[in-house]
Amino acid sequence: MKDLLRQMGRAAVLAILLGMTLAPQSALAVQPDEILDDPVLEQRARDLSKGLRCLVCRNENIDDSNAELARDLRLLVRERLVAGDTDDEAIDFITDRYGEYVLLNPRTGGSNWVLWAAGPVMLITGLGIGLIYLRRRSRATETALSQDEEARLKEILDR
Amino acid sequence: MREVVGAARGQAYNRGMVTELGHFALILALFVALIQTIVPLVGAHKRWPGWMAVAEPAANAQFLLVAFSFAALTHAFVTSDFTLRLVVENSHSLKPMLYKVTGVWGNHEGSMLLWILILALFGASAAWFGGALPPALRARVLAVQGGIGLAFLAFLLFTSNPFLRMAMPPLDGRDLNPLLQDPGLAFHPPFLYLGYVGLSMAFSFAVAALIEGRVDAAWGRWVRPWTLAAWIFLTIGIALGSWWAYYELGWGGFWFWDPVENASFMPWLIAAALLHSAIVVEKRESLKSWTILLAIVAFGFSLIGAFITRSGIITSVHAFATDPERGVFLLAITALFMGGALTLFAARAEVLSSKGVFAMLSRESLLVLNNILLAVAAFVVFVGTIWPLVSELLFDRKLSVGEPFFNLAFTPFFVALGAALPIGAMMPWKRAKAGRVLRKLLPAAVLAIAVLALVYALQTGRSALGPVGLMLATWLVVGALTDLWARKGNSPLSRLLRLQRSDYGRVIAHAGLGVTIAGIAGLLAWQSEDIRVMQEGESLTLAGYDITLQSVERVQGPNYISTTGQVLLSRNGQNIATLTPEKRFYPVARMPTTEAGIDNGFLRDVYVVIGDPQDGGGWAFRSYVKPLANWIWGGAILMALGGAFSLSDRRYRVAAGARKTNVQGVPAE
Repeated sequence: MKDLLRQMGRAAVLAILLGMTLAPQSALAVQPDEILDDPVLEQRARDLSKGLRCLVCRNENIDDSNAELARDLRLLVRERLVAGDTDDEAIDFITDRYGEYVLLNPRTGGSNWVLWAAGPVMLITGLGIGLIYLRRRSRATETALSQDEEARLKEILDR
Repeated sequence: MREVVGAARGQAYNRGMVTELGHFALILALFVALIQTIVPLVGAHKRWPGWMAVAEPAANAQFLLVAFSFAALTHAFVTSDFTLRLVVENSHSLKPMLYKVTGVWGNHEGSMLLWILILALFGASAAWFGGALPPALRARVLAVQGGIGLAFLAFLLFTSNPFLRMAMPPLDGRDLNPLLQDPGLAFHPPFLYLGYVGLSMAFSFAVAALIEGRVDAAWGRWVRPWTLAAWIFLTIGIALGSWWAYYELGWGGFWFWDPVENASFMPWLIAAALLHSAIVVEKRESLKSWTILLAIVAFGFSLIGAFITRSGIITSVHAFATDPERGVFLLAITALFMGGALTLFAARAEVLSSKGVFAMLSRESLLVLNNILLAVAAFVVFVGTIWPLVSELLFDRKLSVGEPFFNLAFTPFFVALGAALPIGAMMPWKRAKAGRVLRKLLPAAVLAIAVLALVYALQTGRSALGPVGLMLATWLVVGALTDLWARKGNSPLSRLLRLQRSDYGRVIAHAGLGVTIAGIAGLLAWQSEDIRVMQEGESLTLAGYDITLQSVERVQGPNYISTTGQVLLSRNGQNIATLTPEKRFYPVARMPTTEAGIDNGFLRDVYVVIGDPQDGGGWAFRSYVKPLANWIWGGAILMALGGAFSLSDRRYRVAAGARKTNVQGVPAE
């Protein structure tokens, strides 16, 4: 058992090294016996599963994951939906149990505003600086190359 | 009998000898790197030609020593020398020869040695091809390159030595992770490293130019081929990894926004920005300090990538505690090079003044937009990647940032980039009239909108992804063709054959981006899926295809046992292909893998996977029809090909091969 754990640890390290997801363990993502009879409910379960993290994997959602724990979560999602939960209620039920960590789509509240605002703020800053630069370049006057630079450029281009 | 034993002992002795020499060569390489760093730098500062000239032989020597060391390690893997710990942990005597060789870099230590080998190769090629460079600049570039080598050789020898021996050698090894025993993944790391490490050349050029305080058109021309080469390799490396994930992981995902994938994607984005801004430096002597900054940051992301993948800190904060030494060392290397280069940049940036004058609407201004969008996109990926760590450390909030975030936060920038691209590619330098360019692009725009409408009308469901993706793809591909057509102007058709290769490169690479976008949109928007229990002889129908599981057999492979399904694929009674999905078990590593059965097609892939046997008989069976899947990698190949065309353009060949012309021109002294 200890040996197996070590093997798995090694596999994880290798996977990390080479940019890949965890090794398949035994099952294979969504299993035929998990699928709900009602296609509408099943589709909702699939959509929800894609946003939930497999807790023992690296950034993998439970819909794709092969881990046993992911299967348990998939079954839990389906259980909640069958019990009549809305999507939000089902998600709340799971985050109450497993914490915010389980959400692959981080919430917008609290300190996370930094994460969500980073792109737009950076874009506005970038565009602002870019515009200032462009204005300056469009108003500048062409500086002639110095003699030394002329010679160097000619030497390079003539080769 | 005694002779046989003696011979065997002698063989073992020789084998040990080669390994020890490899280890020794690595230590020697460290000292050579030290010389390569210090002597030419001092020489360039004091204008001592003799000291500067040390750089070239030192770069060559470093390459040869590291190459020998790498060959010795490969030799140990190939001959299954189980006295080496690394070989025991990552190889097995029964493993196919290909994977014995690729096993060399299928682990942390060996892959780090490959990293250093490629670094030394780049250093040496700067010595080989750098004949046209001014001696002081060349000496400084090689010195910086030597400094990077020094840091990583020290990292390897002190924290991750691949040549450690076992006190009690076992009879056989523990085998390479079966997932890595695959051609796609075997060659994914070397390409990726060629890309990561190739960016060190841009970095070295940037630092050398900052020390000299001069960046001009020639500098732009020298730095661009190296960046281009690095970007081509990164493109191929990323595409190989994504392709591997697609066929190997069992459900056909191709990109997961995983921290480790992001680690390769950020340098790719920055390198793409650098490629474009270096053109402005070369042609217009503008955007100099920005280009230098990009060159520094691009390699910075390579270093951060090495840190992310090898310390495990992003994947799990706790992994850091299990091996703090490596993480801290890599963080120190990153801090040293980034801190040093950025300080130098802050001190010297003001001497890098722009020369060119251009209007608000010009090729220059559109390239600035390209750079802003690419840099912001890379920044979003960076923030998303490190946010779980930052959030836990600063706000004590344990959370995940996954695919939904990146899809939402990253995609808009890329859509904007794609929308502006064909316009920017056709803008004239200095001053442009928007009307003239837009008129030429009118057919492309009309066609793109027609595709949007057509696809929207044809598709079932109301997803915007498919129609918008294909519209953007059409705009990019037809825009690229328009670009090519406009180059021809009013001259006869044969003019097309005489265009510069960089023109072809640009057009092919831009069209490639469109093809990749089409593939991603098609696959994500219109994939069909079926999951069920299948008995032998049973059939199912999916998206018009009939899929029959004819039989399931047990097959013995070289180092695995396989459950292989025979699956007949047909449509309207016509047989198309027989697919053989496998589920393999590797007894030594005690790990299962899945090998999907895929029928590749131009417009779609049919993808079947066999799973576990079920209690009530039959097998778990998944089948997918994946529209346009191959376009994703086809587009990547086009992008790399376009890069290669640009790289072979006359002006870079001239810049690179100038030494030969020189030698011919000047008689022997």
